Amino acid sequence: MAKQKSNDFTIVIAGQAGQGIESIASVLTHVFKKQDFNIYVAKDVMSRVRGGMNSITVRVSGERSDAFRSHIDYFVPLDPRAHSHYKNRLNEKTLIIGVAAGDDFKAENMSTVNFVQLAHEIGNRIYANTVAAGTILGLFDLDADIARRYMQTFFRRKGEQVVSENIAAIEKGLKIGKHIAFEKDVHLALETKEDVSEYVFLSGAEAVAFGALAGGVNFSSSYPMSPSTGVFTFLAAHGKECDVLAEQATDEIGAINMSLGASFAGARALVSTSGGGFALMTESVSLSAMTETPITVHIAQRPGPATGLPTRTGQEDLNLALYAGHGEFARAIFTPGTPEEMYDITAHAVELADKYQIPTFVLSDQLMMDSFYCVPREAFTRKEHHTYIEKTTKGYQRYEITDTGLSPRGVPGYGEGLVHADSDEHDEDGRITEDMTVMRPAMMEKRFFKRRDLLTEESLPPTRSGPQSAKTLIVSWGSNKNVVEEAVRRSGKKSIAALHFSQIFPLHPDTAQILLRAEKVIIVENNATGQFAELIARETEIVCQSRILKWNGEPFSVEELITKIKSLA
Amino acid sequence: MIGATQTKNNKAFELDKDVENQWCPGCGNFPILLTLKKALAEAGCSPENTVLVSGIGQAAKLPQYVQSHYFNGLHGRALPVATGIKAANPRMNVLVTSGDGDVYGEGGGHLIHTIRRNPNIAVLVHDNMIYGLTKGQASPTSPKELVTPTQPRGVYNEPFNPLTLAISLDAPFVARASAGEPEMTKEIIKQAIAHPGFALVDIFQPCIVFNKKNTYQWFKEHTKVLDESHDPTDRAQAFAVAMADDEFALGVISAHHRRAVYEESVGIYDDDRRALYERENDWSMIEALLRTRV
Ligand SMILES: Cc1ncc(C[n+]2csc(CCOP(=O)(O)OP(=O)(O)O)c2C)c(N)n1
Repeated sequence: MAKQKSNDFTIVIAGQAGQGIESIASVLTHVFKKQDFNIYVAKDVMSRVRGGMNSITVRVSGERSDAFRSHIDYFVPLDPRAHSHYKNRLNEKTLIIGVAAGDDFKAENMSTVNFVQLAHEIGNRIYANTVAAGTILGLFDLDADIARRYMQTFFRRKGEQVVSENIAAIEKGLKIGKHIAFEKDVHLALETKEDVSEYVFLSGAEAVAFGALAGGVNFSSSYPMSPSTGVFTFLAAHGKECDVLAEQATDEIGAINMSLGASFAGARALVSTSGGGFALMTESVSLSAMTETPITVHIAQRPGPATGLPTRTGQEDLNLALYAGHGEFARAIFTPGTPEEMYDITAHAVELADKYQIPTFVLSDQLMMDSFYCVPREAFTRKEHHTYIEKTTKGYQRYEITDTGLSPRGVPGYGEGLVHADSDEHDEDGRITEDMTVMRPAMMEKRFFKRRDLLTEESLPPTRSGPQSAKTLIVSWGSNKNVVEEAVRRSGKKSIAALHFSQIFPLHPDTAQILLRAEKVIIVENNATGQFAELIARETEIVCQSRILKWNGEPFSVEELITKIKSLA
Repeated sequence: MIGATQTKNNKAFELDKDVENQWCPGCGNFPILLTLKKALAEAGCSPENTVLVSGIGQAAKLPQYVQSHYFNGLHGRALPVATGIKAANPRMNVLVTSGDGDVYGEGGGHLIHTIRRNPNIAVLVHDNMIYGLTKGQASPTSPKELVTPTQPRGVYNEPFNPLTLAISLDAPFVARASAGEPEMTKEIIKQAIAHPGFALVDIFQPCIVFNKKNTYQWFKEHTKVLDESHDPTDRAQAFAVAMADDEFALGVISAHHRRAVYEESVGIYDDDRRALYERENDWSMIEALLRTRV
């Protein structure tokens, strides 16, 4: 085989839940990152705790490449069923290192290694994963000391014996890896330009949680639901040190109402949930709007309907967020596409909720939540927050009609005024009214029309990447940003560019103009109906000529999009 | 505490402006409103540090008629809102005043878990055994055989007993009062406010329009004031009293200090008593956390 020199390759470790694919991946990611390689990790897991077939995709590259690639360069099966399970991602170029296939799967390029048996030789089968990690690392020209040191720090608390046996295991693996490299005549010298070792390594869930913290969130009540739980777990774990009260509610209706209570009392509140949980919250979204109590809801999407595919990805809840809540009111919906955007935009969504006293939404999905990224430290900038709460005086009126449409926001106990929030239509003092001649129109004007205009003015513009002259635009929202941009770049076509929306409602006022300049608009979405395409059509009267839609629960891969885009553009 | 009158401004919770009252003339909510305003003043609360939280229903309109802060939220959802307010600012006196349909029906799940969580709030349920605002359907506490527009053959579901539920969850304070006994009700509400942790006061209230059975007269004939011999710290006794369904006991049925209060357990107030709105978030903590991810 010819010598391989690549600065971008994909390793996939596959096995049953509980077999330890995570621990292999964490050794690999640590060592590669320490040597300044960019890492992007995506997870493919079944909704169960043991058994099944799971995998982790680790993409290693010299430059940031945070998109899902289907093709596997190095496949590490821990289970004899894994080969057939992932056969669509394997081809003759894939080097398979691991247990033999248990069925008639024919591997073209395979080194059978029984990690468990090798671990036995060291003294315990628990070292199988360390042997496996060492084997993969052995293929590359890397500083083996990093792996040894990692064993030392990672297992320190388990005692000296565990440390030394893990080091023995990693060394055994490294030797096997080197041998395989020699036998298969692969020589993997990598190049990198960035100092990734100093980057922050975090999941999408953590990026959202950091954004919430940076945005000043100090209260969160949520109810566990994949794939949103990571955000809440993070806030709960670091609540005490970061001054956040994180409370696990006993259902989503309780979760959002508790957060609304806290927000009414002056906290900055965020609720994290998924589509099914959010469906339960919708009446209270309307309550947030009516009482003008700020709230940010993070919705991590997964495929529905009903319980659907709990651990898979999708973008099926745009309409749910757009139409959630009875009655008519103003809202803003954000759809970040990168970890940097998840951080910035979550903070922005929280700030905006406070500024306009409205519900705001951050839509993510399973792919983003469960992926891990290397992000430059500078991306995490300190956010300014304004205090929109004012000290009240006697005679304070919570819903005072003002020129801006915004009433000064008081909270109970701060000042001499009394704060009255009401879910019935109310007068300026917050008392029930059925005055439909003056008060109802005045409240609708302030709650809906004025705020809708303010939110439109402040809407985030879409971001374009690719040749300026391109006449075909590939439109995406949310997690498809990276995969679309990479597919556009790799397609090699000068005629196409990518356009990503990080805010899908209200749309930026220039949207129509931007789309009109293109000759062809192709939209990419993880749903069956083109929910964003429909929204664009409704808001701008522009119809996307083609829709690339995928709704089976799997993410788009770069390769798949290149093919689709080439055939359409 | 019963009988202790304080020389406070008894008018503090009277409205300082005209608000049109939406209750029917003669409604059992009027004596509860009057009693609550007195109890709040005598308990030493001020309008500025008192938040009334309600759901939706006729009873839930009560906060509109009190000089205090309020949050009049959704049907059934008063308890999580009240918990959130108390959690974000423990200095506030937080009370829920809502109907039996609201707290026991639509919000039944929240009742269970709010008692478990145990925030220091008082929950006053105006128990008229009927849905008033929606015009007379059965509520969870409607007696069997009561005929209503939606139970034309009479109620056949077992009535809900809020007191045994609360005692089984070891709520720190469980009492029953009655709109027909304003003086006693006032004293019970004062105790509920003063007692640390979750306090449930189920207040019998006649609905003169839609519940022709459970009238002032009926409540008088079917209730008995607990006497001195009852020990509210004894859970077994409390259960026995709460279970009796021939004659309903009035008074403090269960009261104890066995449980930790929610907002004192969450951690963030351990060495800083400021409300959340008074705090600045600390960027250096976020930076330190980011460093752990390198
Ligand atoms: C989600 C929802 N469901 C139903 C209603 C209609 N509704 C309003 S009040 C009420 C019941 C009121 O009964 P209760 O809580 O006992 O109060 P009361 O009017 O008797 O004081 C109902 C069913 C509503 N407002 N919201």
